[in-house]
Amino acid sequence: MEYTTVIGLEVHVQLLTKSKLFCGCENLFNPDNPNVQTCPVCLGLPGALPVMNREAFRLSLKTSLALNLQIAQSSKWDRKQYYYPDLPKAYQISQYDLPYSSEGCVEITVPSTGKTRRVGLFRAHLEEDAGKNIHDESGRGGDSQVDLNRCGTPLLEIVSKPDIRSAEEARVFLEELRLLLWYIEVSDCNMQEGSLRCDANVNLHVQHNGETVATPIVEIKNLNSFRGVEAALEYEIRQQAKKFEADPEGYRIGKVPKATHGWNADRGVTFEQRGKEEAADYRYFPDPDLCPVTVSDDEIAEIRATLCEFPASRRHRYVSKLGLSDDVAGVIIDQGRRYADYFEAVASECGDGKQAANWMTQDVQRELNERKVEITEFSIPAAVLGTLLKQIVAGEITVKSGREVFIVLLTEGDDGSELETSRVNEIIAEKGLKVEQDTGKIESIIDTVVTRNEKAAEDVRAGKLQAVGPLIGQVMRELKGADASAVRQMIIDRLTK
Amino acid sequence: MVELSNEDVRKVASLARLKLSDAEIEHFAQQLGGVLQYVHVLDELDVSDIEPMAHAVDISNVLRDDETTPSLPREDALANAPKTDGRYFLVPQILENA
Ligand SMILES: [Zn+2]
Repeated sequence: MEYTTVIGLEVHVQLLTKSKLFCGCENLFNPDNPNVQTCPVCLGLPGALPVMNREAFRLSLKTSLALNLQIAQSSKWDRKQYYYPDLPKAYQISQYDLPYSSEGCVEITVPSTGKTRRVGLFRAHLEEDAGKNIHDESGRGGDSQVDLNRCGTPLLEIVSKPDIRSAEEARVFLEELRLLLWYIEVSDCNMQEGSLRCDANVNLHVQHNGETVATPIVEIKNLNSFRGVEAALEYEIRQQAKKFEADPEGYRIGKVPKATHGWNADRGVTFEQRGKEEAADYRYFPDPDLCPVTVSDDEIAEIRATLCEFPASRRHRYVSKLGLSDDVAGVIIDQGRRYADYFEAVASECGDGKQAANWMTQDVQRELNERKVEITEFSIPAAVLGTLLKQIVAGEITVKSGREVFIVLLTEGDDGSELETSRVNEIIAEKGLKVEQDTGKIESIIDTVVTRNEKAAEDVRAGKLQAVGPLIGQVMRELKGADASAVRQMIIDRLTK
Repeated sequence: MVELSNEDVRKVASLARLKLSDAEIEHFAQQLGGVLQYVHVLDELDVSDIEPMAHAVDISNVLRDDETTPSLPREDALANAPKTDGRYFLVPQILENA
């Protein structure tokens, strides 16, 4: 069976504001203290009036610029009516026919094909989030609990075009979108906390008896992990192919109503949800409590100036300019903007991107994991680590000595010292770790060691090169800082030439 | 003449979670039909040259700074709830077949 997979995603992103979208209640993930962040506005009490949060709108504009979306000069807010316990007003303030931005795109690189694809975006609009329902899991039909802390917090809805062609592409699109929004600091994109949520629409365009026929569109709701998105779509694609093969005349778009499915991650299956009211039944109309918002070119230019370099461009630069592999560049980018900033500062200080990347992904990462802290809390400043690596790159100290200095720096930093770059050379001097560049001195130490170890020297002369090990060890102990492979070569030359 | 069918009234009632008797449906179909007819007087105006308004008042950009204000104590937030456990609003089980 030959078919093309057609997927469109609807992504909801919570914005990083201090207060909610229309009231001054705190915008904070706080599940342990339910219903402590509410007021008459977000509880939908009669007579309460919403006032738009300027920062939420600014973050929305910033997002649109990053997603290449066109920004409307003027947009308005509408009421979307539906009944659900987490929505006390019985309507959600959203944007219907005049969203603040439309027509954009995100570029993705798909690992399995290595190809770059452009996924179009229909629109992004700003709306308020609902509260959270907690269902009784006992199966005895107990009451559901409603927490309205989240109710009325700012939420961006980003709707892609049906340009996505596989479950893998859907995952990559979502990963790239998350990275981008995280880097420009409009959202923390924390999927565990629900800051980033995704619905997917999927169907197949099947080649059947010389014509292209489409299977019914299925919407999968509430996908809250990257793996979930990919797995749910793979499952749904297989199901649709099976259903079409079983009934090629009946299982077609228009003949079967659009279905809404949930995803059960534990069992790895999608399941049918009760049909929601049709779009027309939301009875959208302009919210009379809110007036339109207009945007000037100057404001857009001002916000554009606050954008940082995007992760995709950084990743590319790490490969093309700093010589990192795609994988290593990806690992660094995925750790977030602050981590990437730190890496870049280290790389520029020491002048060697690969060396900096090695230390970041091994030594630094290990210490961060052990301490369970973020790079912003790491006790060695980037300039100090850069200075240390510079000594290694210049051959002034060995990598092994570098690790020794690193541990000293870390201990001092963890103890609360404000580390200065000058501390690096102080430690190197204190510990006598500078690589001995004076070959005359090295040769005289080799002479002493060889005289002390006639037996080993004899073995080396006889061609038993493994006997050189203990000799290197003794020379290195005398020298402290030296390049072991150079010393090895000098000993062999001294004994065999 | 604008007509509102009993079916229209039944649908609107169901969307508004209102339970109406057959007699009430007849009654409201007539009443609401009358209201609609009255509003349709506006159709006589030619508005083809007029820019649609998004809001009845010609103002825009009423925004507030992103500052927090104190929220209600939980006790007050839950005060009018039909049912609560002291921490959450309680509602009859929401059906979501899993
Ligand atoms: Zn509030």
